[in-house]
Parts: sequence; C-alpha cells; structure tokens
Amino acid sequence: MTSSASVRTRWQMRRPRIQWLPYVLLLPTLYFVFLFTVYPTFKVLRDSRIYYHPSRPDRQMVTDLKLPGIDEATRSIRGPNNVGLAYFRAMVEPDSPEGETFRQVIGNSALYVVGTVPISMILALLFALLVNRKMRGVGIARLALFYPTVLPMVSAATIWLFFFTPDYGLWNQLFKFFGYGGPQNWVINPKLALWSLIIVAIWKNAGYFMIFYLAGLQGLPEDVYEAAALDGANWFTQLTRITVPLLRRTTLFVSVIAIIGAFQQVEHALVMTYELVSGEADLLLYEIYQQRFIQQDYGFANSLTVVMIAILFALTLANVFLTERQEYAN
Amino acid sequence: MQTERAALNASAARQPRSWGVWGINLLTVTLALVWAIPILWATIVSFRPPSDNLGRGDVWFADRLTLDSYEKATSLAPFFPKWEDGHLTNSYYTNTIEFTALTLAVQLVTVTLGGFVFAHFEFFGKRFLFAFILLQMMIPTAILLVPNFVTIREFSTVYLGIPKALYYKEFSLYDTPLAMAMPYFGSAFGTFLMRQAFLGVPRDLVDAGVVDGCRWYHLLRHVYLPPSWPSLIAFGMVTVSFHWNELLWPLVVTSDKARPLTMGLLRFTQLTDIGAQWSLMMAATLIIAAPLLLLFIIFQRQFISSFLHSGLK
Repeated sequence: MTSSASVRTRWQMRRPRIQWLPYVLLLPTLYFVFLFTVYPTFKVLRDSRIYYHPSRPDRQMVTDLKLPGIDEATRSIRGPNNVGLAYFRAMVEPDSPEGETFRQVIGNSALYVVGTVPISMILALLFALLVNRKMRGVGIARLALFYPTVLPMVSAATIWLFFFTPDYGLWNQLFKFFGYGGPQNWVINPKLALWSLIIVAIWKNAGYFMIFYLAGLQGLPEDVYEAAALDGANWFTQLTRITVPLLRRTTLFVSVIAIIGAFQQVEHALVMTYELVSGEADLLLYEIYQQRFIQQDYGFANSLTVVMIAILFALTLANVFLTERQEYAN
Repeated sequence: MQTERAALNASAARQPRSWGVWGINLLTVTLALVWAIPILWATIVSFRPPSDNLGRGDVWFADRLTLDSYEKATSLAPFFPKWEDGHLTNSYYTNTIEFTALTLAVQLVTVTLGGFVFAHFEFFGKRFLFAFILLQMMIPTAILLVPNFVTIREFSTVYLGIPKALYYKEFSLYDTPLAMAMPYFGSAFGTFLMRQAFLGVPRDLVDAGVVDGCRWYHLLRHVYLPPSWPSLIAFGMVTVSFHWNELLWPLVVTSDKARPLTMGLLRFTQLTDIGAQWSLMMAATLIIAAPLLLLFIIFQRQFISSFLHSGLK
C-alpha cells in the first residue's frame, strides 16, 4: 500500500484510485518471462505439428515421411506441412525410426537418472556426516568435495575424458592395478559411454547435494541424540533411527532437484559422446539438440521438447504436492 | 556433575566409538583426496611440456615443469584479448565477462524491483502475476533452446520492426553477448528470493518510512535494501557461477564472434591438430576454470551458503 496521505473529496473516497506503479515496476520481468518462457512453450506445442526437414533431400514432402494417418484428404484440409499429431503417433509406433529413437533416448535418460540420483545422494549424506565434525582440516575436506560444483561441466568432462583414455588413462590404470583387463575405451563403447557420463555426474553432483544435507544436519536437535546414547543406541542405530528419518524432508527436496537437474545435464555428453552414432547413448535434451541442429528434423525436435516439458512439469507439480502433504503431516 | 555432562556429550552424538575417530578421519581424508584427484592431476599435467604424450608409465611426475602448454594453448585459440589498432580483439574471456556482467547487471535491477513489488504492494492480480513469473522455474529456459533460438534470430525484424532488407549484418542479435544474456533478464528464482528477503523487513520500519513521507524508491533504498544485501549478493554469486559455466544456450546462439569460454574449450578439444595432446587440453581446462575456482577458494563460505539458496532454481 502506498499511502500518500492526500486530501480527497467525498465522491473520490468511494472509488479508490488504480495503482499503476506495481505493474510498471513488474513490466521488465513480465516481458522477459513471457517472451522467453511462456510464449516459446506454446510455440513448441504448436510447431510440433509442422513437418520441415531442410537437410534431407529424400524427405522434402510430407508423403516422404513414413507416418501413419497422413493422406491427401487430411493434407488438403490442414495445409501442406501440417502433420498433426503424427510425430507423437510415430513415437509410440513399435517399428518407426522415430519410435526407436524415442524409446532408446527415454531408456537412456531413465538409466541415467536411476544411476546418478540415488548414488550421489547416498554419497552426499555420507560426506555431510563426515564433514559435520570437529576435525583438523575439515574445511579443506569440504572444499575438496564441493569444488566440482563450481567447476564448469565442460572442464570436468574434459578432465574425465583424459581419465577414460585407453592404455594410460587413470581409470584403466586403476582397473589394471586390480588385475582387470576388460573394456578399454569407455567413451567410444556405446554400452559404457552412458556409464562414463553417470560417473562424471556423480562426481560433480555429490558435493552439491552435500550442502543441503549439511544444512539439515545442523538443524537437528542435540538432546535426541543424548537420550539415545543414554539408552545405549550405537552410532548405526542413531543414524538409521534418528538422523535419516529426521532428514526426510531434505531427502525429498534433494531427490526432486536431483531428478530435474539430471534431465537438464547435457554438457558432458557434448564433450564425451559426440563421436557416437546418434541415439546410442543420448540423453533426452541432447537428442533434442541433435535433432534440431544436426539432423535438422524440426518437428521431431519440437515433439521431443513437448515430452520433456511434460516430464519436468509433472516432476515440479509432484514436488509441490509432496511438500504440501509433508507440511500437513507435521 | 560438570565433568559427567561433558563426558556424555563427547560420547554421544555422532562420534562412533566402535571404529574409533581415527578411522572416520582416515575415511574423510581418503574421500576428499579421491574427489580432488581430477583437478590435481589436470594441474600437474598442464605444467608438462606439450610434446609429452604421457605414453610412458610415469603418470605423476614430469621431467621439468614449464608454462609451454599454457603458451601454446593461448596461441592456438583466442582465450585472451589482444590489443590491436586501438581496440581489444574478440576473445573467449571478454565474451564470457560481457555476457555474465550484462546478465548480472540487468538481473539485479529486475529482481530487486520484482521482489519489492511482491513484498510491498497490494494490487489486483498479484497472485496471478506471481504464479505467471514462477512458471519460469517450472519450465527452465534450458529446454526451450529451439524456439528461443528462433526468437533471437528474428528479434530485430519481428520485435523491433526493422525491415528484412536492412537486416542480416547489422541488426541481427545472433552471435552477440546480448543474445546470450537476454533470456535470463527476468529471473523467477531471483524475484522469489528477494521477495522472501524483503518480507523479512519489519513492517513497523516500513510504516515509519511511509509516515515520514518516503516515496517508493526511498523506501526501497533506505528501508528494504539495507537488511537484504546478503540475499542480493548470494543471488549474484549463483548467477555469476551459473553463467560463467554455461554452454548449451551459447552453443545455440553464437557461432563465431561471441563465443564464450566454455564453447572455446569445447572447440579446442575437438581441434584435429591437438589430437591427444593432453597437456594442452588440461591447460585450456584450467584457464577456463581458474577465476571461479580462485574466487570459490577465497569466499568458500559465501559460495556454499549462496548455493544453498540455489536449490530453488
């Protein structure tokens, strides 16, 4: 309420003046959020129906696209390049190229999430417990565990690429040291490329999630532990019966940002797997990038983006509802 | 009594007695070392002579330490600006700094104003507008690369109304620091953060200001901002580290002139004549990461607390 205490006549008292100032101050933010978030979201929804494929001479007409449900009649109604929901239909077809790519990419992304999120969260809790003690040099340990967060992902991926080199890379040296002479080139091998991405992501994210657990640990009540110690609970019981349950909200929060973050991480793939054939180890966002800027299949890129928006939106809503439920429970 | 209490405290809590504190300390040191190996090794390798292809079994120790790799890396790619006929040339460093500084400057203004509006005013449509802005947190800019690329490419023609005939060279936003920064000018995360900070300012203080005849900008400057600097600084730190490290969006909207550091490194690693010259690659990697890492080592606490806020992002 801006209350400039100006004198008003009686008829003006009944009609409060419209405040225009807040709207003016919000204009810049509203403009940029609209232009680069809201409008493009609707544009993606709209353009996922458009077939346009400049880089493929064999696919210049909609009829070249082997999609179900596109015939002369529908084309004459919709216009030349509007394929409606054909891309989405192709994605769920068992034997279309789009369907194969889509299933592979979704499978890769799911494996990536399942591979990175739980392990990095367990490590994060372990780190937090270790660093949340009085010990000489604990600050340096915290620094060593957290610095990957500040390091650019490109740098991290380049260093790890160096580790993964065959023969003299540190990773293979390590395996050789333990007497394992298995697959040498992790990054080129389609089966292992995704796992090399997962390893990099775990190394980079564990320290970031650690700080949330640290904040959680510092908010825990001391007296509960004292009572437990008096009752003769050992450290393991204290950890599983007190610490982990009390940190449930932190765990929920971290797991949501971890999953959402995992879908948006793509830079390590750009550095480490760019030599692979498209689709073999691609994550969803990387596949969108490749379809649009390398294969130049505009409609497919947009359709994949729609799927990704749906996934992230669902996750965010789940986050909102879960945290709400938690608050009611407490 | 006192000693008993102290003994209790020492034995309770998180000090496992069965393994002994030393085992836990050893575990901490080991894990920290394992996590630090990548940066340590990159540093060691970057100080080797460039010809050294590490084919020998000797991993940790070079015959001699030199700056040759750094010199060669900076000569192969324009990491640093040069002074040529009265102006600085384009370089990865200047591009990144321009992009980050531009984003930060605009964001600090919009975020402060936005937070102030939502914390201070009551107006029609307040909740709706807040939800509208928060959409940006639900639909991150990273996944809207494709349509935003088109928006940037057509910005001058469609949004500024400059006719196509005049367009391509001078008026295209494509491949400029402004194009990289623009989607981030409005920040939902920052608006939310500043609103929280401003709501923490005691209402009595604000009312006193109003009674004393403060205009809105006086209120913002003298009542709301002074206790809220920490939040604004935290937001600034998160923004700077996020954009310094950003790759994907710049990759989409720059091609040559405005390449930032991250893209420079990506291109550098894919140069054919570099091949497996790892000492050069590691030098380039460190050139890119060094400023932020140094800042982080100096301001460790502030960085960690500001990253705690960034969980909202």
